[in-house]
Amino acid sequence: MVTVIAEISGNSLHPVTAQLVGAAGGDATVLCPGGIGASEAAAIAGVSKVISVEGDCFSAFDGGAWASALGTVAEGRVLAASTATGREIAARMGASKGVAVVQDVTSIDGNSVSRPIYSGKAMETLTVADDTILTLRPNTFAAASGGGSADVSTVNQSADVATSVKEAIAKASERLDVADADIVISGGRGMGSIENFSHLEAIADQLGAAVGASRAVVDEWGMSHSIQVGQTGKTVNPSLYIAVGISGAIQHLAGMRSSKYIVAINKDADAPIFGVADYGIVATWEEALPALADALSNL
Amino acid sequence: MADIAVLLKQVPDTNAKIMVSGGRVDESAVNKWSMSPYDEYALEAALAQGGSITAITCGPERAKKMLTDAAAVGASDLMHIVVDDLSTLDSNQIATILAAAVEKTGASVVFCGKQAADTNAGSTGPGVAEKMGAGCVTMVSELTGDASGFMALRPSSNGMERVSVSAPCVIAFDKMGTELRRPNVKGIMMAKKKAVETMTVADLGVDLGSSSVTLNNQSPPAEKPAGQKFEGAENVGTVVTKLRDEAKVI
Repeated sequence: MVTVIAEISGNSLHPVTAQLVGAAGGDATVLCPGGIGASEAAAIAGVSKVISVEGDCFSAFDGGAWASALGTVAEGRVLAASTATGREIAARMGASKGVAVVQDVTSIDGNSVSRPIYSGKAMETLTVADDTILTLRPNTFAAASGGGSADVSTVNQSADVATSVKEAIAKASERLDVADADIVISGGRGMGSIENFSHLEAIADQLGAAVGASRAVVDEWGMSHSIQVGQTGKTVNPSLYIAVGISGAIQHLAGMRSSKYIVAINKDADAPIFGVADYGIVATWEEALPALADALSNL
Repeated sequence: MADIAVLLKQVPDTNAKIMVSGGRVDESAVNKWSMSPYDEYALEAALAQGGSITAITCGPERAKKMLTDAAAVGASDLMHIVVDDLSTLDSNQIATILAAAVEKTGASVVFCGKQAADTNAGSTGPGVAEKMGAGCVTMVSELTGDASGFMALRPSSNGMERVSVSAPCVIAFDKMGTELRRPNVKGIMMAKKKAVETMTVADLGVDLGSSSVTLNNQSPPAEKPAGQKFEGAENVGTVVTKLRDEAKVI
């Protein structure tokens, strides 16, 4: 018996939910906070039951209230996504039920689970109890396919809310978040100046990629911390990560080394970034980026 | 001004190499231990609030130095719950210990980092909030107001949002735009004389039960096969073709 807490994004189901069901290995009960995404969840293969948990508390995110309301129907092994909200719900539900939580799991084999520690500088394997709550790292478990037709039922269950959203601030740009994007192109100190990031943005537009940055340039050039990739920024694992003018400090490698494919462009042939790159190009960005733009438009 | 408890964790510096020996991360090979980076912002936010600030840590003997560092920038009280090996405790036990420590300080406002730089889990802030029966806002990158009504900036699915919360509450901080204060000589001298209230889990009078998570093995990350390296921008086209045909990612 596995309970999956659906990850929702706005008014729909986040695709990571199908990965949670895939990891559950069938016979999953999916709980949809506020009923959001219930019909989409019912269509995932391997889902035996969808429960819309509905109540006033679901009008805005409050980890304590959501954990409390969802916890009344969660049974057996509970899986959630290792996202900001998934982790908070899991942490509160664990503390509330008096059970352990293991966050950011990347593999499960019965009661043995693995997760990266020190932002991927090492891995650890743990034996967990049957009731330990697990959050799973997005894009590491195969998604269950569609074609399911589970029953959807509704449970009315609210809980006390301790927080209140007073103001929503829309994203300044339409650009993808580095943590969500399938392709990320990041720049470092080798880019010379913040103005030169426009060249990375142009490539990102061609690829439908998110733009990231190393800690050095976020700190020194006053860029938004939301695009920082690394141990004190975001951990990313896209299909393709392109590092331009990034030497590859341990701090940075920790945040991107689990990317499926890594391309490094750096003029220093000895830069540590080449140690994790699948494809390394020793060149300045001034030469390489125009060539990259051309090659992409000729595909 | 409300009393604030700040939860701090000592971790290997984020620039430190992590070595594994005999299935465990070799702590003796860590060249520098530091306050976890997000915890530094929690401490800074607490100092900006003013009032009495108790810095609390749970960990081995070495963590005491970090409390002294916290005192050097202005923490007024230091509390060390000595646990030799944190990996023997699960998230629920840690939350139980820290919530009991907070209760001992009498603080109804708790600041901490969004996650520690070793486990990267982020279970502690919300877990302690749950044990306290308090509200919690995580990933906070800006905080205004005071305990009677904080306004916290956090990410949302559409961008950012400002969320209000009041004591009792736990605020878990992300990196913030504010500069971290550095200790001055006077602060460092005063901190050296500051007493650390040292106690065991038993002293806190909590019943932890047994851990439901057992650490079996730690290992270096899987080695990647050596990549292909090309000299010169004239090879960019070749790499793009490989990304399409070999890697199939574009």
